[in-house]
Amino acid sequence: MGLDRLQQDGFLTTRLDEVINWARKNSLWPMPMGISCCAIEMMATAAPRFDISRFGSEVMRFTPRQCDVMIVAGTVTYKMAKVVRKIYDQMPDPKWVISMGACASSGGMFRSYPVVQGIDQFMPVDVFVAGCPPRPEALIQSLLVLQKKIEKDRTLGELLHGERIYLTGTGAVEPEGVA
Amino acid sequence: MNEHILSSLKTQFPESIEKSIEFRGDLTVQVRKQDIVRVCEFLKTDAEYAFDMIIDLSGVDMYRPEGRFEVVYNIYSLKNKKYLRLKVLVDEADPVVQTLGGVWSGAAWHEREAFDMFGIKFEGHPDLRRMYMPEEYEYYPMRKDFPLMGIPDSIPLPRR
Repeated sequence: MGLDRLQQDGFLTTRLDEVINWARKNSLWPMPMGISCCAIEMMATAAPRFDISRFGSEVMRFTPRQCDVMIVAGTVTYKMAKVVRKIYDQMPDPKWVISMGACASSGGMFRSYPVVQGIDQFMPVDVFVAGCPPRPEALIQSLLVLQKKIEKDRTLGELLHGERIYLTGTGAVEPEGVA
Repeated sequence: MNEHILSSLKTQFPESIEKSIEFRGDLTVQVRKQDIVRVCEFLKTDAEYAFDMIIDLSGVDMYRPEGRFEVVYNIYSLKNKKYLRLKVLVDEADPVVQTLGGVWSGAAWHEREAFDMFGIKFEGHPDLRRMYMPEEYEYYPMRKDFPLMGIPDSIPLPRR
C-alpha cells in the first residue's frame, strides 16, 4: 500500500505522530548548560523539593550526545557563544532549547559589549523563560510548554520526507519543498 | 611613615618623583615612567620598607591630550602593614611601560588585564596576550572612546 497513502490518510498519520510525540515529550533529557546564577535555580528544579523528574526530565546528562533539550541557564558572552553552539551542534536530533532567564534571552542587565543580547542570535530557541533568575516553577512551566509544542510536531511526515519539518526545534523556517 | 617613605624616595631618586598626594593617610606617588622598575625594586628590596606584595595594578583612561592613561600600582608591605600607591602617566602616542613582572611576578597577570582593556603595552612582559577578549579582537573596551555596546560585528557569532 505504500507509505504515501498512509500520509494522505489523515487518521493513521495523526495517530502515529501522537504515539511518537508522546514518547518523545515525556522523556526529555536535559543538557544542563549552566553558565551562571540561573544554574542554581536549575539545580533546585532537579532537587527533591521541585523534582523535575515528575515530568520525565530528571536525567541531566553532562554529555551532549545523550540529551534532547538544552537548558541555557545564564549569561552568554561572545566568547562562550562558540562553546554553547558547539555543544548544541553535538546533540543528536530531535533537539530543543530552553533559554532560561533574562540574560540568556536578552542579555538581561548586562547591556554591554561582551554579552550576546539574546542567544537566539546564534542558535534556535523553543521556549524563553522570564525571570532573574526564574523560580523553579517557571522552569517547570517552560518544560510543560515545550511538551505541548512537541505534541504538535509532525514527526511522521518528517520521517517520511527524510528531513526535518521545522515546527519546533531547529529554527522557525521550513526547508524548501516541504509544505 | 608616609613622610619617611617619601623623603627616602626623594633622596634615592631625586629626578624620578614627579608628584605626591596624601589623602586620609594613604600616600600616592607619581613616578616618572622610565624609572618605575627601579623605584619598585628599591621599595621591595629595602629591608625597612619591604613592600613585598603587589595588591593590584590597573589602567585608567583620563581621556586628556597629555598623559592620557595612568597605570596605578597598589603595593603592600606585610612587615609594616602598609599600603602604598604608585602612579605612572602614559601617553596615547606611545603607550608603553616597562613590565614589573621581574619585581613581583604577580604583576604580570594584572598587566595582561590592563593591556587587554586599555591597550597599554608592557615592555619585557613574558606573555602579553589578551585575557578576556578574543585573541583577534582589535579594540580596547575600557577606553573612554569605546562605545558601551561595542563595535557591531567586531566579534563573530556562530551561524544561526
